This record gives sequence, C-alpha cells and structure tokens, in this order.
Amino acid sequence: MSVDLLVPLPVILPLLAAGLKFALGPRSPLVNRTLSVGTLSAVLAVAVVLLVAADRDGPQVASLGGWDAPVGIVLVADRLSALMLVISAAVTLCVLVYSYGQGNADDEEGLPLAVFHPTFLVLAAGVSLAFLAGDLFNLYVGFELLLFSSFVLITLGGTRSRIRAGTTYVVVSVLSSILLLAAIGFVYAATGTVNMAQLAGRLDVLDESVRLGLQLMLLLAFGIKAAVFPVSAWLPDSYPTAPAPVTAVFAGLLTKVGVYAIIRTETLLFPDGRISDLLLVVSLLTMIVGILGAVAQTDIKRMLSFTLVSHIGYMVFGVALGTRLGLTGAVFYVVHHITIQTTLFLTAGMVERVAGTTSTERIGGLASIAPLVAVLFFIPAMNLAGIPPFSGFLGKLALIQAGTAAGGVLVWLVIVASVLTSLLTLYAVAKVWSRAFWRAPHVALPLYGDDEDGFGDDVVGETLGGHTISTFDTMPRLMVGATAALVALGLAFTVAAGPLADLSDRAAGELRDRDVYVRAVAPRPVDPETGRMGRGIADPPTNPLTGLRRSGDAVDGATP
Amino acid sequence: MSISLVLAAVVGVLFACGVVLILERSLTRVLIGIALMSNGANVLILATGGRAGDAPIVGDGAGANGRMSDPLPQVMILTSIVITFALTAFLLALAYRSWQLQGHDEVQDDVEDRRVASRPDEESLDAGADAELEHTDFDDDEDADPNEDVPPVQVPVTAEHDVVGDRGVVGAEDGEERP
Repeated sequence: MSVDLLVPLPVILPLLAAGLKFALGPRSPLVNRTLSVGTLSAVLAVAVVLLVAADRDGPQVASLGGWDAPVGIVLVADRLSALMLVISAAVTLCVLVYSYGQGNADDEEGLPLAVFHPTFLVLAAGVSLAFLAGDLFNLYVGFELLLFSSFVLITLGGTRSRIRAGTTYVVVSVLSSILLLAAIGFVYAATGTVNMAQLAGRLDVLDESVRLGLQLMLLLAFGIKAAVFPVSAWLPDSYPTAPAPVTAVFAGLLTKVGVYAIIRTETLLFPDGRISDLLLVVSLLTMIVGILGAVAQTDIKRMLSFTLVSHIGYMVFGVALGTRLGLTGAVFYVVHHITIQTTLFLTAGMVERVAGTTSTERIGGLASIAPLVAVLFFIPAMNLAGIPPFSGFLGKLALIQAGTAAGGVLVWLVIVASVLTSLLTLYAVAKVWSRAFWRAPHVALPLYGDDEDGFGDDVVGETLGGHTISTFDTMPRLMVGATAALVALGLAFTVAAGPLADLSDRAAGELRDRDVYVRAVAPRPVDPETGRMGRGIADPPTNPLTGLRRSGDAVDGATP
Repeated sequence: MSISLVLAAVVGVLFACGVVLILERSLTRVLIGIALMSNGANVLILATGGRAGDAPIVGDGAGANGRMSDPLPQVMILTSIVITFALTAFLLALAYRSWQLQGHDEVQDDVEDRRVASRPDEESLDAGADAELEHTDFDDDEDADPNEDVPPVQVPVTAEHDVVGDRGVVGAEDGEERP
C-alpha cells in the first residue's frame, strides 16, 4: 500500500465523524467522546506518517476519483503541508480534550455542546483541506469549510456579546472569501487552470502587469485571513468573546492557514519576489501596530489577540525575504507560534475559570491562588516573548539571521522592529503577569453579570454554551492535562530545535525549488504493466482575457 | 479573444452596489451587499468560460461553429452558489438573533475598544471613578429608552456617539468632580 492513499484521510475522517455525531446527537456521551478523540488521534497519526513519507520520498499526491491532474482534483502533502498538518492535528486534539474538561465541569450536555463538537471536527477537516489542497479552488473550499464552522463556533450560545463580535467576524471573513473567489476567477481567466502545479508554469508567461494584479489580489484575500496589518482590525475585536477553546484553536490555526496560503502562493506561484518590499513594509507595520495595541490592553484575551496579530509579522518577514534562510525561519516560527498562542489562550480560559474574568483590572494574586495555572501561563508567555532558550527566541533568531544575510536598509529596519516587538511583547506579558498573578490579591472578587462598568458584559467569562462561567477552586483534570501537554509540546520544540530547524530547512528548500512540487503533481510515466496513463499536464493554456490562447482555439487546431 | 462587455458591466455594477451596501450599519443591508458581491464574483467566473451559446464538451470538439465553451467555470459557480446560499441563511439567523436581543440588527462597535479609548487615565480608574464615568457615558441613552424590557446597555454607535465625543464628555465630568 502506498502512502499517498492516506493523503485524503485528514479531510475525510473528521467529516465522517462529524456526520455520525450529528446523527447521534447529545445521546451517549461516551460514544461521542470516543469518536471525537479517536478521529483526531487518527488524523494525527496519519499526519505523522505523511510527514515522514513526504520528508523521505518527496511530496505525496492523491488524485481524487482516480482522475489525474490537471483534469482531476489533487491533494498534495509536501513537507510544509505535512508539517502543518501534524501541528494542527496535535493542537486540535489537545483543545478538544480541554473542551471536554470544561464541558464536564460546567455540566453542559445540552444543545450548544451537541453542536460544538461536530462543528469542531468540520473545522479540523477544513483546516486539513486548506493545507492539502493542490489547486486554488479547493483552497477556497477549504477556507469556506473552516470559516463556516468558525462562524458557528464564534456565535455559540448566541449571547449578546458573541453575536456582536461574531457579526464583525462573519462579515470580514465573507468579504475576504469573495475577494479570493474573484481573484480565482481572474487567475482562471488569465491561465485557464486553477491547479497550482500547472499555474506555476503558466503564470510565468503572463504579461507582467496582469501577473502583478493577480498576485496582489490573492495576497489581499489571504492577508485578511492571516490578519496582517492594514486588514487586521477584525481579529482583536472578535476573538476574545468566544469560548476559551474556540478562541484558542482560532488563534492557533485560522490565521496560520492564511499565512500558509501566503507562503504557498508566494513561493509556488509568484517566486520572483517582485513585491518583497511591500511585504517587508507590511510585516514591519504588523509587528509594531499589533504590539502597541497589545500593550494598551487590560484584558488578557485581548492582549493575546493583539500579540497574535503582531507576531504574524514575523512570519510575513520570513516570506518577504524569500531566501531559503528566511523561509526556514518562517516555517519554524509558524510551528512554534501555533502551539504557543493556543496554549496561552487555553491558559486564559483557566484564569477565567479561577477568577471569573480575564480583565487584569479585576484579578490579582493568581500565583498564590492557582500556582499551577501560573506556571502554565508563565512558560508559554516567556516563550512568546522570545526569552532564551525557548523556541520563540530561536525562531526570532533564525529570522534575524536570515535578515542580516539578505541585507538592505528596509530589511534592517524590519530587524530593528522585530527586536523592539519582542521587547514590547515581554513588556505586555510581564504586565499581565505582575497584575494578574504576582500582585497581592487585594482586589475584590469580580461580580458576575452586574455590568458594573456599563460597557456590557464582555468582561465576564462565559461557558461554551454562553452561560456565565462558574468559578472553581479546583481545575478540571482534563483542562490541566491538555494545557500541560501543549506546554510540553512547546518545550519539546526547544529541546528538539535542531531536528525541527533541519526539517524547516528541508521544507524551505522544497519551497524554493518549485520543480519538486510541479514534478510530483505532473509527470508520472505510463506504467508499462497496467498501461495506466501517467499524470500529464496538458498544454496549451486558455486565455480569454489576455487573448493569447484559449480552449476553443485549441480545439480548432485539433479538428482537421 | 474578447470578453462580453455586458457581463463585465454587470460584474462592475454588482460589485459597486455590494460595496455600498456592505458599508451600512444594518446587518440586513450588509447581507444583501454580500449576496450582490458573491453574485458579481459568480458572473465574473462565468465570463471566463467563453462566448455565450457555445456548447460545452462536444465529442472531438466540433461544435456548430467549431468552438466549445469551457464547462469548468460553471462547476465552480455551482459550488460557490451553494456556499453563498448557506452563508445567507446563517447571516439571516444572525440578524434575527441580533434583533431578538437588542431590537435592531445594527453592527456595533467593539465595546472594549471604546472602553480603552475612553479611559481617562490610570489613577482615576484606580480611585474607583468608573461609576461616574459610565453614568455620564450612558445616561442619556437610558433616558431615551423608557422600555424596561429591552436592556439599554449596548448602544448602537452612530456618528453622534463616536469615541471622541464620549471622551470629551467623560473628561469634562471628571475634571469637575475631582477635588
């Protein structure tokens, strides 16, 4: 059995399980739970196998329905895709376990929870599809899949604050999807294909200005999803009100899918680096504006949302450099950041459970009240700020090294900004640390739902189902376990930084040499025994907009 | 090969109307704007499929005039129509829920943003001055809303109620009351 048969499984398994769970409903929680955890564990196992295979034998390609590219739809797992799959599967699994812990503690078995878990699986399927998609349109479908589940998750329970935050999120996400769809329409008009391997060749022969237009449109659409600066304002507005596990998985994965799409298009489709200056400026502004926002916040979840925006800038910096070193740094940083950001949001959920709110104006002394939560917050927080020897430091160092190797005034400016951002991140998390954890617990315990400050009930924690959160002296064991597992994963990146950096380097090498991807999708020699047709990329490109060639003309040529 | 001018104009008009509507505060209008823009994108993809009237896949490619139109864009449009359909249903539910909760379906400003922006300074917060702060902030709206059943907490933020205006009021009150 060849490994490439496994490629569709990360998409199919969660979807199947989600269907089963909808059929089951809230009945038999044990079966439900086993199904969810089992499915995501299986996805994790498959992803690991894919990563090993992709690393050893090159990209694994699955043609759906037996139709080879470019006629059929292909799913491609190269090193970058497989690595992202492994991390996303690990993170979603931990968050799922955490949400079971929280759901148990709140004794919620009713309707919202029965919706939460299947939707969460659909989200996982959408993320996998976006990582594996071998053509732009499937990437769009993957995005829609994950966005739709995220719409449901962010408005879970339908409380006032979640509806308010969800509205912004939904409208902005939909707008970016429409832009992406229009961009795909233009790409198809210009080249006659949406298959990325095929586009890699056909975009090269296009007119310069047409190509630049396509590149900018795709970049804008993905940029909104990744929350890079000029189009990032929606994120800190909408994420913090969602339930803790939902925010955690959004923060960890959804923006990174956008970053992944940017990396993929910039390396595979437009490798000439014509807009690298633009990307450098964008990354600089994303870092600085994001972190300045974080410094101003008093709510832990909102502060974390702003650092999330800010640190997207680091990844864009790596992509903007476009060198092998830069891409290595970007890939390493994505892996590190998914884990750390998710962990921090999960810890914020635990703070909410101890104190009833995440507003640092109302809480204090958590280090003595809940020392375990304090430790689980402190480690990833320092990791995020880039304190040696954590992986955050190593990732930033890799990017700065790549920057110094590339040189140039603008690059040096971004390097200075990245160091400054790191420092301000330390300031922001240290402020939260000293207020929420370190200071004496002199503040009165928070009052729930009394709307004391007149600005709505946003600062009061809500459970998955949207009820006011009940505080606990003891932490549910599953929540602690899942968070601790993610903290350990973050620390593992530090310990195993060597192998991970090597893997990122190999992934970057594969990204830089796009022939690897194209060859894996395109040519497969005809099997002499079975006589089965190999994969072939058919020329010539159709081109109704620029008028070079189109399918009708090609058919004309074929008819005598 | 040229593209149909009519289709191009339709795409332009749909997108323009969609952008105007999406900038509105009312979620229902935003929804209509989104529907228009999605359809604009669909027509755009349709326009890439080739000239109207040509047959799709025809054997060895011999249509009536020797041309065939590309069937793939229509498949993509079908997918995107289904997605838009689901989206419309979801947004309608969202608008209805918003109306249920607050009596209107206006998209609101981020409350926490306004709180951070209208924060006068750290010391007045620590001194516990927030009680007066909110009182002045939302006083007139509570008066304006006699209906006790509708919670008056979240005010739709319109041009008259922007952050700068609020801050002006808060600052003035604060200055008066501080010893």
